[in-house]
Amino acid sequence: MQIMWDAFYDQFVVKGGYRNVLEGLRNTIIIAILGLLIGIVIGTLVACVQVAGKRSKVARGFAVVGDVYTGLFRGTPIIVQLLIFHYIIFSAISIDGLVEAVIVFGLNSGAYVSEIMRGGILSVDVGQLEAGRTLGLSYPATMLRIVFPQAVKNVIPTLGNELIALTKDTSVAGYVATMDLTRAFRLIATANYEFMIPYLMLALTYLVIILIMTFVVRMVERRLRKSERR
Amino acid sequence: MKDAEQKSLCPEAEKAQLPQKRVQTEKVSAPKFAKSEKTPVEPTDPNAMLEVQHLTKRFGQLVVLDDISEKIVQGEKVAIIGPSGSGKSTFLRCLNVLEDPTDGYVFFEGNNLCDLKVDINIQRRRMGMVFQQFNLFNNMNVLKNITLAPVHVGLQDLRKIKRKNFFTKISNLFRGKNKKRALLPVETTAKEIRENAVNNAMRLLERIGLADKASAYPSTLSGGQRQRIAIVRALAMNPKVMLFDEPTSALDPEMVGEVLELIKELADEGMTMVIVTHEMGFAREVATRVMFMDGGKIVEQGPPSEVFGAPKNERLKDFLSKVL
Repeated sequence: MQIMWDAFYDQFVVKGGYRNVLEGLRNTIIIAILGLLIGIVIGTLVACVQVAGKRSKVARGFAVVGDVYTGLFRGTPIIVQLLIFHYIIFSAISIDGLVEAVIVFGLNSGAYVSEIMRGGILSVDVGQLEAGRTLGLSYPATMLRIVFPQAVKNVIPTLGNELIALTKDTSVAGYVATMDLTRAFRLIATANYEFMIPYLMLALTYLVIILIMTFVVRMVERRLRKSERR
Repeated sequence: MKDAEQKSLCPEAEKAQLPQKRVQTEKVSAPKFAKSEKTPVEPTDPNAMLEVQHLTKRFGQLVVLDDISEKIVQGEKVAIIGPSGSGKSTFLRCLNVLEDPTDGYVFFEGNNLCDLKVDINIQRRRMGMVFQQFNLFNNMNVLKNITLAPVHVGLQDLRKIKRKNFFTKISNLFRGKNKKRALLPVETTAKEIRENAVNNAMRLLERIGLADKASAYPSTLSGGQRQRIAIVRALAMNPKVMLFDEPTSALDPEMVGEVLELIKELADEGMTMVIVTHEMGFAREVATRVMFMDGGKIVEQGPPSEVFGAPKNERLKDFLSKVL
């Protein structure tokens, strides 16, 4: 046991492994949160055109594009997407690994968020839309002022789920040109082949990050639900 | 929701059968229309507030409304009764094109609501609607529920005027001294619109005795309170006509009274209204005209004393014997 700790201490502190870990931690959080934000923006747009596509020909065209996008990004593993973006699409231009990872994770989560958002919008009673329309509000105005705020409230728990899944998915970002938590600890572990402590520490770190995220999501949800009795 | 603006009204197949009417498809635009032989449809009676001509609604094969032509003049209180599935609600929803008619036209104060060139949102501002399920906005408190539409519409108009003035100013720069165009007058400010809306909402809330609930959320209110607020929300737009879609059907028997009381008050003030209802006593008391619908047609109509007192139609007799 003592040997394991010594080996870990040697790599983590003396050889400066903690710098990698800190950078990895920062990157993991940046990729997860920025990725989700990009995902929410893309996903919301796609969901909107898909919902509006039922009643407008213009939106229907965009909805088809959205369907193709969702199909492509949900149908392939994220690591394959990372590899394709790294070695094919971004191979000609030099681009920071972190930016690349944020883009890929954003696009990937956008595909999932679009379905979450669509479900959220459809979960709002049609009566709400009808009530807005009968008061003389236009379709976009009703959607924006009445349906959308309620939809967002409904999807917060699912979006929290998506954030957690995304955070864990970032563990593959280390395969292409960026430092992340998993890669940082893997470097420590493989330096002297003492796996136990680094990997258990790695698991613990993810667990703590995700517990904090869960807590934050709960707080946000509670704030938004103040208009309800549940 | 299917919306009238986006949909064609008459399938092409109808063209041959109904040559006297204008067939409106999505692609009919102003010049094309002028070229065609057919004259624009017009309401037969310019004084009618609401008029429907040959209103037909089909859901697939099911005919819900079967070629209804009807007029409702200002000040009338029309109660629509009938068995479920007879098309009462659909008829009411067609009156403000919440349901787009398969065929036929709806006129509101001479404006053809089925015409894609008519801005339906502007017309709907003057038609209030109250739903069976209240449909208060769950994410807003009571005051916000009532002020949302007046403020939104007011600000929209204000912005429109300001935008127009802005372009007029720019084009005025290039005009001669005597050729300057006048600016549209800007009468209110955004702040004033908001204040007026809030004052008006509080006045209405006080009238129904719910001023203390202004900051409550709909989910904390009883059904009767919610429905009265829904009525007040529609009133905040100063509508010319109110459409009630079974306003008391989702309420506890205890709360029906307070809602009917408010509707009766409105009726006494001279509001034009169309009420789909199962409250026969109420229909008899308030309505100036009762329509009995069955199978998508208005089978019998007349003053309440006649419809309830001396029904002629067999189906109506049967219906009344069951519900009275």
